[in-house]
Amino acid sequence: MSIQKNEDWLYTISSKNKLIDLNFKEIWYYRDLLLLFVKRDIITVYKQTILGPLWYFIQPLFTSVIFTLIFNNLAGIPTGEGVPSFLFNLAGITSWNYFSTCFVDTSDTFKKNQAIFGKVYFPRVITPLSVIVSNLLKFGIQLLVFVGFYIYFVFFTSKAYGTTPTMALLGFPLLILFMALLGLGLGMIISSLTNKYRDLKFLVGFGVQLLMYGSAVMYPLSYFEEKLPEYSWLVKYNPMTAVIELFRYMTLGVGDFSMFEFGYVAVVSVLIFLIGLIVFNKTEKSFIDTV
Amino acid sequence: MPKTDVILKVDNISKQYRLGLVGTGTLSHDLNRWWSKIRGKEDPYLKVSESNDRSTISKSNYVWALQDINFEVQRGEVLGIIGKNGAGKSTLLKILSRVTSPTNGEIKTKGRIASLLEVGTGFHPEMTGKENIYLNGAILGMTKAEIKQKEDEIIEFSGCQRYINTPVKRYSSGMRVRLAFAVAAHLEPDILVVDEVLAVGDAEFQKKAIGKMQDISKGDGRTVLFVSHNMAAVKSLCTRAVVLENGKVIFEGSSAESVVFYLQNNKSKDIITKYQYDCSEKPIKSIEILEDVLITGEKMTLRIRIDTKNYTKINLHLGIYDLNDEKILHLSSEYCKEGSLKTKKNIYECFMPKLTLTEGLYYINAGLVADNLIIEEIKKCLKFEVLNGDFYKCGFNTRKSTLKAKTLIDFEWK
Repeated sequence: MSIQKNEDWLYTISSKNKLIDLNFKEIWYYRDLLLLFVKRDIITVYKQTILGPLWYFIQPLFTSVIFTLIFNNLAGIPTGEGVPSFLFNLAGITSWNYFSTCFVDTSDTFKKNQAIFGKVYFPRVITPLSVIVSNLLKFGIQLLVFVGFYIYFVFFTSKAYGTTPTMALLGFPLLILFMALLGLGLGMIISSLTNKYRDLKFLVGFGVQLLMYGSAVMYPLSYFEEKLPEYSWLVKYNPMTAVIELFRYMTLGVGDFSMFEFGYVAVVSVLIFLIGLIVFNKTEKSFIDTV
Repeated sequence: MPKTDVILKVDNISKQYRLGLVGTGTLSHDLNRWWSKIRGKEDPYLKVSESNDRSTISKSNYVWALQDINFEVQRGEVLGIIGKNGAGKSTLLKILSRVTSPTNGEIKTKGRIASLLEVGTGFHPEMTGKENIYLNGAILGMTKAEIKQKEDEIIEFSGCQRYINTPVKRYSSGMRVRLAFAVAAHLEPDILVVDEVLAVGDAEFQKKAIGKMQDISKGDGRTVLFVSHNMAAVKSLCTRAVVLENGKVIFEGSSAESVVFYLQNNKSKDIITKYQYDCSEKPIKSIEILEDVLITGEKMTLRIRIDTKNYTKINLHLGIYDLNDEKILHLSSEYCKEGSLKTKKNIYECFMPKLTLTEGLYYINAGLVADNLIIEEIKKCLKFEVLNGDFYKCGFNTRKSTLKAKTLIDFEWK
């Protein structure tokens, strides 16, 4: 019998695993799958609806209208001199939506994809990544709505005299990346944990709602600090507050910008993303036994 | 022994599962595990479990679905994996296809493994047939370019040309399976892992599927691991097979040997394949079935020993009855060439080249007529089991609907 020496195995399936066991070559090999998942998500969501993709526009618009009515007209939260409250809210909601959809849609990755994950192997991380990408397209459409209203307010009304995009807009793509990483990271952590401890799924539903109120979506951070100084650290150190404040600073020129804030968001989002990746990676190995 | 080219090596694979409801007490077990891990000790729950036997109840909450599985697969080989329900086949497949990881041991491979544990994984009902070909293909590990290249072939194989731009939710279940199998059949991995996907579709499609599987293994020299309950399919497709029982490999050998081992290991307990009566006044001394396993469409031999010294002309009558006491067959020696059995010898054999009985349990009543007098009658002297097989020699077991008939017969359609 000939024994093969120095065997060159392609890969090994075993229980031992490294902390981060990501095979980037493999993920790259499956890039078509990612795109097909994105395509599936996009084309199937609005099948058999009359308004179709118009829903992407309707949701942020109506929310902004309601927010403006309640928080600005009724409760009288100031949005800054020369900044229409509607535009202020739309900016907050557009950016918040991207984060929250990324978070919510990835937080049930394992449960939602049980049927597929239980039958076929592919790098599991493809699934949450595809969610991030398809949400990016939705975000793009909603951004168009925002830009549309921005143009309307600046050129056709005299209400928006205080709004000017700043040079910081150059950092906009980075900001989107941080939002995505934050949503993805948190989503992956939650999805890995929900897999075994189902309690968390209840938390996600109302947790996201509560988090929105703590993320300066419908009020400026400065106003909160002025009114409730003893709780303001809660809002201030919430990375999403920084993201939304930065988003409004870049596009509308309201609030103040500090490199510290930007750096803080960058560090926190990358950190959360890495933790998410590790937890997700550990879970995907045997999730089918615990789901 | 020829030079070996091992493409897949399964080395001491074990898999442990927790019984009962996962959810209660998992947190405490997790903490306990974590605590022993910190102290550098072994997982405390690994020791307490025992082998997987469904019918026995034990105190342990953990069970080994697989225990120390070892085997090697050569390049180009088609390995069958057979075993009863719960023997660990699916767990093994899941580990091989990396859906779950083993508790102990490792599997080394030299090629890409693609698994077909189910056809049509990830099919989206709202998308058209064509869109689903791409999605499903990509899930199974093909690139877009590969799928594009094979698209026409896949559509043609599925036989769904007309519906290819219709959402899959409008398909009949059969069409869905055809389309799904068509995609799967065009996968080109180094190692293909297949679970009982052949048990779907109509006879025509099954034949097509078996044919395709044969092409894959024989023509293209691809390595295939094939799990099935369909012994005829295992026999016709596989070169070698492994028999699993309670999470352990209990037999490894050629596919024909393994199938016989498996069937023998699983036959009903209350069958009587040998009748023996050594008493001087009764002429029939023994009746026995020579085959270890009886399979529809294969041979059956009955050996009867008779004390013939007092007779000049004898005839044997063997009636085969089903469990409802309905007579299915009558094997009389009156129809042999001589019209009766010669009395010079005392061992007689009744040989049936192709068993027409369908799957089930049967009795034999035996009667001996000598010199036109009924000498002896034995009711229910034997009880035997016939297993389903490939009666029509088409590569797969006789279908369930056909098995409602009591017997089968060779026929031709013109």
